[in-house]
Amino acid sequence: MSAVVHLAAPRRRGPDLKELLAQVAFGDQDAFAHLYDALAGPVYGLVLRVLRDPAQSEEVAQEVLLEVWRNAARYQPERGEVTAWVLTIAHRRAVDRVRAAQAASDREQRAAARSHTTDFDEVVEQVESRIEREQVRRCLKTLTELQRASVTLAYYRGFSYPEVADMLGTPLGTIKTRMRDGLIRLRDCLGVAS
Amino acid sequence: MTIAADLHTLTGAYAAHALDGPEKRAFEHHLRECEACSVEVREFQETLARFGAAESVAPPPAMKARVLAAAATVRQLPPVTVPAGAEAGVRGRWARTGARLALAASVAAAATLGAVAVQQHQQAEQAGVRATRLQTQQERLTALLSAPDARTSTVRSATATGTVVWAQSRGEAGFLADGLPALAHGTTYELWFDDAGTMRPAGLLPASSGTLLLNGQIHHAAGVGVTVEPAGGSLHPSGQPILLLPFT
Repeated sequence: MSAVVHLAAPRRRGPDLKELLAQVAFGDQDAFAHLYDALAGPVYGLVLRVLRDPAQSEEVAQEVLLEVWRNAARYQPERGEVTAWVLTIAHRRAVDRVRAAQAASDREQRAAARSHTTDFDEVVEQVESRIEREQVRRCLKTLTELQRASVTLAYYRGFSYPEVADMLGTPLGTIKTRMRDGLIRLRDCLGVAS
Repeated sequence: MTIAADLHTLTGAYAAHALDGPEKRAFEHHLRECEACSVEVREFQETLARFGAAESVAPPPAMKARVLAAAATVRQLPPVTVPAGAEAGVRGRWARTGARLALAASVAAAATLGAVAVQQHQQAEQAGVRATRLQTQQERLTALLSAPDARTSTVRSATATGTVVWAQSRGEAGFLADGLPALAHGTTYELWFDDAGTMRPAGLLPASSGTLLLNGQIHHAAGVGVTVEPAGGSLHPSGQPILLLPFT
Protein backbone atom coordinates (compact mmCIF):
# COMPACT_ATOMS: atom_id res chain seq x y z
CA MET A 1 0.00 0.00 0.00
CA SER A 2 2.01 2.93 -1.21
CA ALA A 3 1.24 6.31 -2.71
CA VAL A 4 1.96 4.84 -6.14
CA VAL A 5 -0.67 2.13 -5.72
CA HIS A 6 -3.14 4.78 -4.66
CA LEU A 7 -2.29 6.89 -7.70
CA ALA A 8 -2.89 4.04 -10.13
CA ALA A 9 -6.21 2.95 -8.65
CA PRO A 10 -9.21 5.06 -9.68
CA ARG A 11 -7.82 6.79 -12.76
CA ARG A 12 -9.65 6.81 -16.04
CA ARG A 13 -7.39 8.68 -18.47
CA GLY A 14 -4.03 10.26 -17.77
CA PRO A 15 -3.00 11.42 -14.33
CA ASP A 16 -5.26 13.79 -12.45
CA LEU A 17 -2.84 16.68 -12.16
CA LYS A 18 -4.79 18.50 -9.45
CA GLU A 19 -4.70 15.40 -7.29
CA LEU A 20 -0.99 14.87 -7.97
CA LEU A 21 -0.19 18.47 -7.16
CA ALA A 22 -2.15 18.23 -3.90
CA GLN A 23 0.06 15.29 -2.94
CA VAL A 24 3.17 17.19 -3.98
CA ALA A 25 2.04 19.96 -1.62
CA PHE A 26 2.30 17.38 1.18
CA GLY A 27 5.94 16.74 0.29
CA ASP A 28 5.22 13.51 -1.63
CA GLN A 29 8.25 12.96 -3.86
CA ASP A 30 6.68 10.01 -5.72
CA ALA A 31 3.81 12.26 -6.72
CA PHE A 32 6.32 14.87 -7.86
CA ALA A 33 8.01 12.27 -10.09
CA HIS A 34 4.64 11.55 -11.72
CA LEU A 35 3.93 15.25 -12.09
CA TYR A 36 7.34 15.64 -13.71
CA ASP A 37 6.47 12.95 -16.27
CA ALA A 38 3.28 14.80 -17.18
CA LEU A 39 4.71 18.33 -17.34
CA ALA A 40 8.44 18.24 -18.13
CA GLY A 41 7.79 17.93 -21.89
CA PRO A 42 5.46 20.93 -22.21
CA VAL A 43 7.65 23.01 -19.86
CA TYR A 44 10.90 22.21 -21.65
CA GLY A 45 9.29 22.56 -25.08
CA LEU A 46 7.79 25.97 -24.34
CA VAL A 47 10.98 27.32 -22.78
CA LEU A 48 13.02 25.97 -25.70
CA ARG A 49 10.56 27.59 -28.10
CA VAL A 50 11.16 31.00 -26.53
CA LEU A 51 14.89 30.73 -25.76
CA ARG A 52 16.06 28.43 -28.60
CA ASP A 53 19.25 27.49 -26.74
CA PRO A 54 18.94 23.90 -25.38
CA ALA A 55 21.42 24.29 -22.49
CA GLN A 56 19.81 27.49 -21.25
CA SER A 57 16.34 26.01 -21.76
CA GLU A 58 17.18 22.96 -19.67
CA GLU A 59 18.41 25.23 -16.88
CA VAL A 60 15.23 27.32 -16.96
CA ALA A 61 12.97 24.25 -17.22
CA GLN A 62 14.62 22.83 -14.08
CA GLU A 63 14.04 26.12 -12.26
CA VAL A 64 10.38 26.06 -13.30
CA LEU A 65 9.82 22.49 -12.11
CA LEU A 66 11.49 23.23 -8.78
CA GLU A 67 9.30 26.32 -8.45
CA VAL A 68 6.29 24.03 -8.92
CA TRP A 69 7.61 21.79 -6.12
CA ARG A 70 8.27 24.77 -3.86
CA ASN A 71 4.95 26.49 -4.49
CA ALA A 72 2.67 23.44 -4.79
CA ALA A 73 0.67 24.50 -1.71
CA ARG A 74 0.07 27.91 -3.30
CA TYR A 75 -1.70 26.57 -6.36
CA GLN A 76 -5.40 27.48 -6.22
CA PRO A 77 -7.49 24.89 -8.09
CA GLU A 78 -10.40 27.29 -8.48
CA ARG A 79 -8.16 29.64 -10.45
CA GLY A 80 -7.48 27.26 -13.33
CA GLU A 81 -5.87 24.09 -14.59
CA VAL A 82 -2.52 22.82 -13.30
CA THR A 83 -1.03 22.85 -16.81
CA ALA A 84 -1.95 26.50 -17.28
CA TRP A 85 -0.50 27.40 -13.88
CA VAL A 86 2.78 25.62 -14.62
CA LEU A 87 3.10 26.88 -18.19
CA THR A 88 2.39 30.45 -17.04
CA ILE A 89 5.34 30.10 -14.65
CA ALA A 90 7.44 28.57 -17.44
CA HIS A 91 6.61 31.38 -19.85
CA ARG A 92 7.30 34.04 -17.22
CA ARG A 93 10.74 32.51 -16.49
CA ALA A 94 11.59 32.20 -20.17
CA VAL A 95 10.58 35.80 -20.81
CA ASP A 96 12.66 36.95 -17.82
CA ARG A 97 15.67 35.29 -19.46
CA VAL A 98 14.92 37.01 -22.76
CA ARG A 99 14.66 40.39 -21.00
CA ALA A 100 17.90 39.82 -19.09
CA ALA A 101 19.67 38.84 -22.29
CA GLN A 102 18.30 41.94 -24.01
CA ALA A 103 19.51 44.20 -21.25
CA ALA A 104 22.92 42.61 -21.69
CA SER A 105 22.97 43.03 -25.42
CA ASP A 106 20.91 45.72 -27.09
CA ARG A 107 22.73 45.11 -30.32
CA GLU A 108 21.50 41.52 -30.36
CA GLN A 109 17.98 42.76 -29.85
CA ARG A 110 18.20 45.07 -32.85
CA ALA A 111 19.53 42.21 -34.93
CA ALA A 112 16.60 40.08 -33.82
CA ALA A 113 14.23 42.91 -34.70
CA ARG A 114 15.66 43.12 -38.22
CA SER A 115 15.05 39.43 -38.76
CA HIS A 116 11.52 39.54 -37.46
CA THR A 117 9.80 38.78 -40.74
CA THR A 118 11.67 35.52 -41.15
CA ASP A 119 11.21 34.55 -37.53
CA PHE A 120 7.54 35.29 -37.59
CA ASP A 121 6.99 33.16 -40.69
CA GLU A 122 8.97 30.45 -38.99
CA VAL A 123 6.68 30.62 -35.95
CA VAL A 124 3.61 30.09 -38.07
CA GLU A 125 5.32 27.41 -40.12
CA GLN A 126 6.39 25.44 -37.08
CA VAL A 127 3.02 25.74 -35.44
CA GLU A 128 1.38 24.64 -38.67
CA SER A 129 3.76 21.80 -39.35
CA ARG A 130 2.61 19.43 -36.64
CA ILE A 131 -0.58 17.46 -36.85
CA GLU A 132 -1.26 17.47 -33.10
CA ARG A 133 -1.33 21.25 -33.24
CA GLU A 134 -4.29 21.20 -35.58
CA GLN A 135 -6.57 23.05 -33.20
CA VAL A 136 -4.05 25.76 -32.39
CA ARG A 137 -3.34 26.17 -36.09
CA ARG A 138 -6.99 26.40 -36.97
CA CYS A 139 -7.58 29.03 -34.30
CA LEU A 140 -4.52 31.09 -35.26
CA LYS A 141 -5.98 31.25 -38.75
CA THR A 142 -9.08 33.01 -37.46
CA LEU A 143 -6.97 36.02 -36.41
CA THR A 144 -6.13 39.05 -38.49
CA GLU A 145 -2.50 39.36 -39.52
CA LEU A 146 -1.86 42.05 -36.91
CA GLN A 147 -3.57 40.12 -34.12
CA ARG A 148 -1.59 36.99 -34.95
CA ALA A 149 1.71 38.85 -35.16
CA SER A 150 1.07 40.66 -31.86
CA VAL A 151 0.22 37.50 -29.94
CA THR A 152 2.86 35.20 -31.40
CA LEU A 153 5.73 37.70 -31.21
CA ALA A 154 4.97 38.32 -27.54
CA TYR A 155 4.36 34.70 -26.64
CA TYR A 156 6.94 32.82 -28.70
CA ARG A 157 9.63 35.46 -28.80
CA GLY A 158 9.17 36.99 -25.37
CA PHE A 159 8.95 40.57 -26.64
CA SER A 160 7.28 43.30 -24.62
CA TYR A 161 4.33 45.00 -26.29
CA PRO A 162 6.31 48.23 -26.96
CA GLU A 163 8.90 46.05 -28.69
CA VAL A 164 6.18 44.35 -30.71
CA ALA A 165 4.78 47.78 -31.64
CA ASP A 166 8.23 48.96 -32.71
CA MET A 167 8.84 45.83 -34.73
CA LEU A 168 5.55 45.99 -36.56
CA GLY A 169 5.67 49.79 -36.98
CA THR A 170 2.28 50.09 -35.31
CA PRO A 171 1.15 52.48 -32.51
CA LEU A 172 1.38 51.15 -28.94
CA GLY A 173 -2.36 51.48 -28.31
CA THR A 174 -3.17 49.46 -31.42
CA ILE A 175 -0.87 46.59 -30.38
CA LYS A 176 -2.36 46.61 -26.90
CA THR A 177 -5.88 46.17 -28.23
CA ARG A 178 -4.84 43.72 -30.98
CA MET A 179 -3.24 41.45 -28.36
CA ARG A 180 -6.44 41.48 -26.39
CA ASP A 181 -8.75 41.08 -29.41
CA GLY A 182 -6.55 38.28 -30.67
CA LEU A 183 -6.58 36.45 -27.36
CA ILE A 184 -10.36 36.84 -27.08
CA ARG A 185 -10.74 35.18 -30.48
CA LEU A 186 -8.27 32.42 -29.59
CA ARG A 187 -9.98 31.86 -26.25
CA ASP A 188 -13.38 31.50 -27.91
CA CYS A 189 -11.99 29.36 -30.71
CA LEU A 190 -10.29 26.97 -28.26
CA GLY A 191 -13.38 26.89 -26.04
CA VAL A 192 -11.60 28.16 -22.94
CA ALA A 193 -14.12 29.31 -20.34
CA SER A 194 -13.73 30.13 -16.71
CA MET B 1 -13.24 55.59 -16.11
CA THR B 2 -10.94 56.36 -19.02
CA ILE B 3 -7.97 55.18 -17.02
CA ALA B 4 -9.74 52.00 -15.91
CA ALA B 5 -10.93 51.27 -19.44
CA ASP B 6 -7.43 51.86 -20.74
CA LEU B 7 -5.93 49.57 -18.13
CA HIS B 8 -8.48 46.90 -18.95
CA THR B 9 -7.15 46.64 -22.49
CA LEU B 10 -3.82 45.49 -21.03
CA THR B 11 -5.22 42.05 -20.04
CA GLY B 12 -3.81 40.50 -23.21
CA ALA B 13 -0.34 42.01 -22.93
CA TYR B 14 -0.22 41.08 -19.25
CA ALA B 15 -1.22 37.45 -19.83
CA ALA B 16 1.44 37.14 -22.54
CA HIS B 17 4.07 38.61 -20.17
CA ALA B 18 4.53 41.54 -22.54
CA LEU B 19 4.10 44.20 -19.83
CA ASP B 20 7.04 45.60 -17.85
CA GLY B 21 7.94 48.23 -15.32
CA PRO B 22 5.51 50.84 -13.97
CA GLU B 23 2.79 49.85 -16.41
CA LYS B 24 2.89 46.27 -15.14
CA ARG B 25 2.71 47.44 -11.54
CA ALA B 26 -0.20 49.78 -12.31
CA PHE B 27 -2.04 46.96 -14.03
CA GLU B 28 -1.43 44.54 -11.14
CA HIS B 29 -2.81 47.15 -8.79
CA HIS B 30 -5.88 47.52 -11.00
CA LEU B 31 -6.20 43.72 -11.19
CA ARG B 32 -6.79 43.48 -7.46
CA GLU B 33 -9.94 45.56 -7.82
CA CYS B 34 -11.17 44.38 -11.20
CA GLU B 35 -12.77 40.96 -11.02
CA ALA B 36 -13.63 41.02 -14.74
CA CYS B 37 -9.96 41.71 -15.57
CA SER B 38 -8.79 38.83 -13.37
CA VAL B 39 -11.17 36.44 -15.06
CA GLU B 40 -10.04 37.59 -18.48
CA VAL B 41 -6.35 37.28 -17.58
CA ARG B 42 -6.94 33.73 -16.31
CA GLU B 43 -8.79 32.80 -19.48
CA PHE B 44 -5.97 34.21 -21.60
CA GLN B 45 -3.39 32.31 -19.56
CA GLU B 46 -5.36 29.09 -20.12
CA THR B 47 -5.56 29.93 -23.81
CA LEU B 48 -1.83 30.59 -24.12
CA ALA B 49 -1.06 27.44 -22.12
CA ARG B 50 -2.70 25.49 -24.96
CA PHE B 51 -0.15 27.01 -27.29
CA GLY B 52 2.61 26.18 -24.83
CA ALA B 53 1.41 22.58 -24.46
CA ALA B 54 1.48 22.17 -28.23
CA GLU B 55 5.23 22.87 -28.07
CA SER B 56 5.96 19.81 -25.93
CA VAL B 57 9.46 18.40 -26.47
CA ALA B 58 10.97 15.53 -24.47
CA PRO B 59 13.67 17.02 -22.26
CA PRO B 60 17.11 15.40 -21.93
CA PRO B 61 16.59 12.17 -19.90
CA ALA B 62 19.16 13.16 -17.26
CA MET B 63 17.09 16.21 -16.35
CA LYS B 64 14.57 14.14 -14.39
CA ALA B 65 17.12 12.77 -11.90
CA ARG B 66 18.56 16.25 -11.44
CA VAL B 67 15.17 17.84 -10.77
CA LEU B 68 14.07 15.10 -8.36
CA ALA B 69 17.38 15.21 -6.48
CA ALA B 70 17.20 19.00 -6.25
CA ALA B 71 13.58 18.90 -5.02
CA ALA B 72 14.64 16.75 -2.07
CA THR B 73 16.80 19.66 -0.89
CA VAL B 74 14.27 22.46 -1.51
CA ARG B 75 11.96 23.56 1.29
CA GLN B 76 8.32 23.88 0.23
CA LEU B 77 6.46 27.10 0.93
CA PRO B 78 3.19 27.25 2.86
CA PRO B 79 0.06 28.46 1.07
CA VAL B 80 -0.52 32.18 0.77
CA THR B 81 -3.11 33.15 3.35
CA VAL B 82 -5.38 36.16 3.15
CA PRO B 83 -4.01 38.67 5.71
CA ALA B 84 -6.39 39.72 8.46
CA GLY B 85 -8.25 42.84 7.40
CA ALA B 86 -7.46 42.36 3.72
CA GLU B 87 -11.14 41.78 3.06
CA ALA B 88 -12.18 45.00 4.82
CA GLY B 89 -14.69 46.94 2.80
CA VAL B 90 -15.88 43.87 0.96
CA ARG B 91 -19.38 43.05 2.02
CA GLY B 92 -21.84 40.19 2.01
CA ARG B 93 -21.07 36.98 0.20
CA TRP B 94 -17.58 38.05 -0.83
CA ALA B 95 -16.49 38.86 2.68
CA ARG B 96 -17.67 35.47 3.89
CA THR B 97 -15.99 33.72 0.98
CA GLY B 98 -12.75 35.52 1.77
CA ALA B 99 -12.84 34.36 5.38
CA ARG B 100 -13.47 30.80 4.34
CA LEU B 101 -10.65 30.86 1.81
CA ALA B 102 -8.25 32.20 4.41
CA LEU B 103 -9.30 29.40 6.69
CA ALA B 104 -8.92 26.83 3.93
CA ALA B 105 -5.37 28.06 3.39
CA SER B 106 -4.60 27.69 7.12
CA VAL B 107 -5.95 24.16 7.03
CA ALA B 108 -3.75 23.38 4.04
CA ALA B 109 -0.74 24.88 5.81
CA ALA B 110 -1.32 22.82 8.92
CA ALA B 111 -1.86 19.65 6.92
CA THR B 112 1.30 20.33 4.91
CA LEU B 113 3.40 20.74 8.04
CA GLY B 114 1.95 17.50 9.37
CA ALA B 115 2.81 15.58 6.24
CA VAL B 116 6.32 16.98 6.05
CA ALA B 117 7.01 16.06 9.67
CA VAL B 118 5.72 12.57 9.04
CA GLN B 119 7.84 12.14 5.98
CA GLN B 120 10.96 13.14 7.85
CA HIS B 121 10.40 10.61 10.59
CA GLN B 122 8.92 7.57 8.94
CA GLN B 123 9.61 5.26 6.06
CA ALA B 124 8.60 6.73 2.71
CA GLU B 125 5.90 4.11 2.24
CA GLN B 126 4.24 4.88 5.57
CA ALA B 127 4.46 8.57 4.76
CA GLY B 128 2.68 7.91 1.50
CA VAL B 129 -0.21 6.22 3.27
CA ARG B 130 -0.40 8.96 5.84
CA ALA B 131 -0.23 11.70 3.20
CA THR B 132 -3.03 10.01 1.28
CA ARG B 133 -5.17 9.85 4.41
CA LEU B 134 -4.39 13.46 5.25
CA GLN B 135 -5.21 14.47 1.72
CA THR B 136 -8.57 12.72 1.76
CA GLN B 137 -9.32 14.46 5.03
CA GLN B 138 -8.16 17.76 3.61
CA GLU B 139 -10.31 17.33 0.51
CA ARG B 140 -13.33 16.79 2.74
CA LEU B 141 -12.34 19.79 4.87
CA THR B 142 -11.92 21.91 1.76
CA ALA B 143 -15.33 20.76 0.52
CA LEU B 144 -16.75 21.65 3.92
CA LEU B 145 -15.12 25.08 3.90
CA SER B 146 -16.45 25.85 0.45
CA ALA B 147 -20.00 24.70 1.22
CA PRO B 148 -22.40 27.60 0.55
CA ASP B 149 -23.65 27.53 4.15
CA ALA B 150 -20.25 26.97 5.84
CA ARG B 151 -19.91 28.95 9.06
CA THR B 152 -17.13 29.36 11.58
CA SER B 153 -16.81 30.11 15.28
CA THR B 154 -13.49 31.03 16.90
CA VAL B 155 -12.30 31.18 20.50
CA ARG B 156 -9.00 32.86 21.37
CA SER B 157 -6.84 32.94 24.49
CA ALA B 158 -3.48 34.63 24.92
CA THR B 159 -1.65 31.94 22.97
CA ALA B 160 -4.28 29.59 21.61
CA THR B 161 -6.86 29.76 18.86
CA GLY B 162 -9.57 27.21 18.29
CA THR B 163 -11.90 27.41 15.32
CA VAL B 164 -14.80 25.19 14.45
CA VAL B 165 -16.20 25.22 10.95
CA TRP B 166 -19.48 23.58 10.07
CA ALA B 167 -22.05 23.31 7.32
CA GLN B 168 -25.54 22.10 8.11
CA SER B 169 -26.03 21.10 4.47
CA ARG B 170 -23.25 18.52 4.87
CA GLY B 171 -23.90 17.78 8.53
CA GLU B 172 -20.14 17.90 9.09
CA ALA B 173 -17.81 19.95 11.24
CA GLY B 174 -14.05 20.50 11.33
CA PHE B 175 -11.72 21.78 14.01
CA LEU B 176 -8.64 23.92 13.59
CA ALA B 177 -6.31 24.49 16.55
CA ASP B 178 -3.29 26.67 16.86
CA GLY B 179 -1.04 26.99 19.91
CA LEU B 180 -3.07 24.98 22.42
CA PRO B 181 -1.12 24.25 25.65
CA ALA B 182 1.56 21.59 25.15
CA LEU B 183 0.25 18.12 25.97
CA ALA B 184 1.80 16.06 28.78
CA HIS B 185 3.28 12.75 27.66
CA GLY B 186 0.60 10.07 27.22
CA THR B 187 -2.25 12.51 26.68
CA THR B 188 -4.21 13.79 23.72
CA TYR B 189 -6.80 16.41 22.94
CA GLU B 190 -10.22 14.92 22.28
CA LEU B 191 -13.08 16.60 20.45
CA TRP B 192 -16.72 16.13 21.42
CA PHE B 193 -20.09 17.02 19.96
CA ASP B 194 -22.22 18.64 22.65
CA ASP B 195 -25.66 16.94 22.41
CA ALA B 196 -27.56 19.04 24.95
CA GLY B 197 -24.95 18.45 27.63
CA THR B 198 -24.11 14.85 26.63
CA MET B 199 -20.66 14.68 25.07
CA ARG B 200 -20.32 12.47 21.96
CA PRO B 201 -16.72 11.53 20.94
CA ALA B 202 -15.74 13.26 17.67
CA GLY B 203 -12.03 12.52 17.22
CA LEU B 204 -8.53 12.93 18.63
CA LEU B 205 -5.98 15.66 18.08
CA PRO B 206 -2.68 14.51 19.62
CA ALA B 207 -0.96 17.86 19.06
CA SER B 208 -1.29 21.46 20.19
CA SER B 209 -1.78 22.68 16.61
CA GLY B 210 -3.50 20.97 13.73
CA THR B 211 -6.74 20.24 11.97
CA LEU B 212 -9.35 17.55 12.24
CA LEU B 213 -12.47 16.68 10.34
CA LEU B 214 -14.77 15.60 13.16
CA ASN B 215 -16.05 12.01 13.18
CA GLY B 216 -19.77 11.63 12.82
CA GLN B 217 -22.57 13.99 11.87
CA ILE B 218 -23.52 17.18 13.69
CA HIS B 219 -27.17 16.07 14.09
CA HIS B 220 -28.58 18.37 16.77
CA ALA B 221 -25.33 19.14 18.59
CA ALA B 222 -25.19 22.65 20.07
CA GLY B 223 -21.44 22.93 19.74
CA VAL B 224 -18.03 21.32 20.04
CA GLY B 225 -15.93 20.80 23.17
CA VAL B 226 -12.25 19.99 23.63
CA THR B 227 -10.82 18.05 26.59
CA VAL B 228 -7.47 16.51 27.51
CA GLU B 229 -7.68 12.70 27.65
CA PRO B 230 -5.28 9.77 28.03
CA ALA B 231 -3.61 8.79 24.73
CA GLY B 232 -6.10 6.78 22.69
CA GLY B 233 -9.01 8.87 23.89
CA SER B 234 -11.98 8.23 26.18
CA LEU B 235 -15.64 7.37 25.72
CA HIS B 236 -16.68 10.12 28.11
CA PRO B 237 -14.85 13.33 29.00
CA SER B 238 -12.66 12.83 32.08
CA GLY B 239 -12.50 16.54 32.91
CA GLN B 240 -13.83 19.98 32.13
CA PRO B 241 -13.50 21.16 28.54
CA ILE B 242 -10.60 23.55 27.87
CA LEU B 243 -12.54 24.95 24.91
CA LEU B 244 -16.24 25.16 24.09
CA LEU B 245 -17.28 26.34 20.66
CA PRO B 246 -21.00 26.81 20.02
CA PHE B 247 -22.52 26.33 16.56
CA THR B 248 -23.66 29.94 16.44
